[in-house]
Amino acid sequence: MTHADAKLRVSGLNAAYGQALILTDVALEVGAGEVTALLGRNGAGKSTTFRAILGLIANRSGKVIFNGEDVSALATYDIARRGLGYVPEDRRIFSDLTVEENLLVGRQAPRAGAPTWTLERLFKIFPNLRELRGRPGGRMSGGEQQMLTIARTLMGNPSLVLLDEPSEGLAPKIVEQMIEAIRDMKREGLSLLVSEQNLHFARLVADRAYVIEKGRIRFAGTMAEFDARPDVRDAYLAL
Amino acid sequence: MAPLFSRSWPLALRVSVQHARVFPLNFYFDQFVTGLASACSLFLVASGLSIIFGVTRIVNFAHGAFYMLGAYIGFTLTEQFSGAFGFWGAILLAAIVVAAIGTLIEIILLRRIYDAPELFQLLATFGVTLIVEDLALLIWGPNELLGPRAPGLKGAIDLFGLPFPTYDLLLIALGPLVLGLLWLLFRRTTWGVLVRAATQDREMVAALGVNQKWLFTSVFALGVFLAALGGALELPRQSANHTMDLQVITEVLVVVVIGGLGNVLGTFLAAIIVSELNAFGILVFPKISIVLVFLVMALVLIVRPWGLLGRAEAAARAAGGAAILRWRPLAARGRLAVVLALAVLALAPLAVGDYYLTVATEVLIFVLFAASLHFLIGAGGLVSFGHAAYFGLGSYGAALALKQFGLGMEAALIAGPLLGLAGAILFGWFCVRLSGVYFAMLTLAFAQIAWSVAYQWSDVTGGDNGLLGIWPSAWAAAPAHFYWLTLALVAAGIAALRMILFSPFGYSLRALRDSELRAEAIGLERRRIQWISFAIAGGFAALAGALYAFLKGSVFPDNLGIPLSIDGLVMVLLGGVDTVSGGIVGAALYRSLSIWIISHTDYSKLALGLLIVVLVVLFPKGVVGAFESWRARRAPRTGGESS
Ligand SMILES: Nc1ncnc2c1ncn2[C@@H]1O[C@H](COP(=O)(O)OP(=O)(O)OP(=O)(O)O)[C@@H](O)[C@H]1O
Ligand SMILES: [Mg+2]
Repeated sequence: MTHADAKLRVSGLNAAYGQALILTDVALEVGAGEVTALLGRNGAGKSTTFRAILGLIANRSGKVIFNGEDVSALATYDIARRGLGYVPEDRRIFSDLTVEENLLVGRQAPRAGAPTWTLERLFKIFPNLRELRGRPGGRMSGGEQQMLTIARTLMGNPSLVLLDEPSEGLAPKIVEQMIEAIRDMKREGLSLLVSEQNLHFARLVADRAYVIEKGRIRFAGTMAEFDARPDVRDAYLAL
Repeated sequence: MAPLFSRSWPLALRVSVQHARVFPLNFYFDQFVTGLASACSLFLVASGLSIIFGVTRIVNFAHGAFYMLGAYIGFTLTEQFSGAFGFWGAILLAAIVVAAIGTLIEIILLRRIYDAPELFQLLATFGVTLIVEDLALLIWGPNELLGPRAPGLKGAIDLFGLPFPTYDLLLIALGPLVLGLLWLLFRRTTWGVLVRAATQDREMVAALGVNQKWLFTSVFALGVFLAALGGALELPRQSANHTMDLQVITEVLVVVVIGGLGNVLGTFLAAIIVSELNAFGILVFPKISIVLVFLVMALVLIVRPWGLLGRAEAAARAAGGAAILRWRPLAARGRLAVVLALAVLALAPLAVGDYYLTVATEVLIFVLFAASLHFLIGAGGLVSFGHAAYFGLGSYGAALALKQFGLGMEAALIAGPLLGLAGAILFGWFCVRLSGVYFAMLTLAFAQIAWSVAYQWSDVTGGDNGLLGIWPSAWAAAPAHFYWLTLALVAAGIAALRMILFSPFGYSLRALRDSELRAEAIGLERRRIQWISFAIAGGFAALAGALYAFLKGSVFPDNLGIPLSIDGLVMVLLGGVDTVSGGIVGAALYRSLSIWIISHTDYSKLALGLLIVVLVVLFPKGVVGAFESWRARRAPRTGGESS
């Protein structure tokens, strides 16, 4: 399943916090225009994988190829500048900044090979944000904040977005909006790597899936292949 | 101690000591307006410090040095150019030149150490301050330089019957103007939005593709620009001199803490409050004018721990990897080494002359002082900026016991530590209510209060003239004998500190340092434990101070001064905070080096400053920390350990 045109190719990724090794030899790929899910229980290493890819963990080794370029030695901002977007799990809204200012922080120049976003286009996908433009980020509901973090990342016109547990803690109605938003992004030609615990959510958006447990990749395949393997689900995902 | 800084603390220089009396009403008004004018440059400097801290998390101690450079370079430039255009151009140019110097320092030095512990950055900027002080001496000479008056603003206007300098009116207008400009800069420009975002969450800003290197550099440049502008603008009001850097940094720290770190509007308000307190304190309480400011700061911190307009520090995102070294009591081999070392030290008087014995005694005293501070910082995680207070209280306690109460040296060596202990118990009660930078600032404030009392209460303390004739009893008077006495007390003190460190109390203290929440969950009372450790550290520092009084035969307010507190930090950090013995090694190294440097060069601050900067860059874990990492790398199976 090696794609010649893989957007992102990670191999041999190890990461540690202090002395504690968290990721061991993680390998995964995200094909261009594809939505790939990274499934795993609490503490399996999903967020750590994302942070390691972005160079946010000092103590890491391995290879990260993005758009055919080795970015594993680059600084975080440099990786982001190449069009790799990141939406963290805890949202990390700048609470003192207004919605519009939050979006401004994420803004980057348009990029060839990636959809270009403007405030207007973002407000089409996330209509709530339009009315909240002037409100401080700290005074928004959880769902609104989740929309804002995604919009903020899109302002950088990324070609690939790492989306960490987008459905976590959201009301069912908002989760539906989120599914729509992910599909919209895919339609625009974005590639996505989405980490999830919610299998139902993953099925609705993803083309392929990886299962991670204790910092190791335990399964790789299409969503259909995943559904044919209840043993994988029971061993690594059931609570 | 060979003083690193001139002896008198300059806040007091402006205080013409006079007795309180009743003034006409218009005089008070005049005083009030003068206070407003002084607030301007204080605000400029403090806002610069605040902005830099907000983004880079560096408490830039060198900010006072940049202020001073602004004044000196402004002086030189205004001499070159004439006319109104020349004057204002020179002031602006001076600020730009200093900002360029600051930028260079940020790029060359600070960029290397952004990932080091916060205190290390403080240390580095302290080194820069030392360097700048001596360079200023080299370039501009030792005399005060009287700056030019501003063209067209030399006169005074009539203010309810009193003449008021027109230049001061300009300054009063300039403060709010700068505040407004800063507000526009931060609210209305993309740069400002990025800076505010980075103040809140640097990592996220990086993940959004912002190169923070240049953001940091530009913020630092702006902060330094404001400091230098503040210095240059003071030229028509006061002469440029060598103590203005420390004078202003003390006031600025107070302003920033009262206003709330990182909050520009709060800084503005606090600058006015502090300036007015200075202006009226002299009239109303001539004897305690200096204390007043610090008292207000202490009060503000107790009522509003994050300043008037500040907010709680976000849980530091960078923290994470807590102490990686495991702390161990000495094993049998280690104990043997200590006994051997003590034996060698005890035999030293047989081998070396009196001069070196006196030096060695001084080094030993500072080893105990540093060990006590290290106990607080290393084991307690409580970074005190004012540990000299307890050292000095020990000195004064001993001296007063001798002079006022006619007790002997033996009793004085008990009285001194008791006074220090009492001071630490009193101040500590307030301090442990705060944490982080605010804890540090409150300790600084209390030390400054203690200093002011010693400085101003001359009937008892002798004020600036100090207390003289504090000599040891006859049996301990010979250098060798006093050396042995010191060695015995210092060794006992350090042994006691180590025993506490590895007692159940010490484990509780370290548990609190590593995770407050977890430790409190298992039932440890944070405040009580930290309070006790504060008192213990203060008591041992006071023992060192009492010994020091007898070594020098005199006590001066310097014994409580900020430079000494900073020296303590330097010693602990150089040794290595994360190690058990860091304080001891750091003190021995730093004190010996500084004594050696001072006796070999006229530009000792320059040499010491360079030394500190180089050590900070080379050994971000301290000397002992570097040694232990090196040992751990050689024998990887033992892991990180420290004893
Ligand atoms: N800052 C940290 N320091 C030390 N250990 C950490 C840190 N962050 C995470 N861990 C540990 O790393 C492991 C993986 O955590 P990670 O956050 O990657 O899991 P996750 O799959 O994202 O879980 P969740 O679904 O809860 O978000 C966990 O065991 C966690 O305890
Ligand atoms: Mg996670």
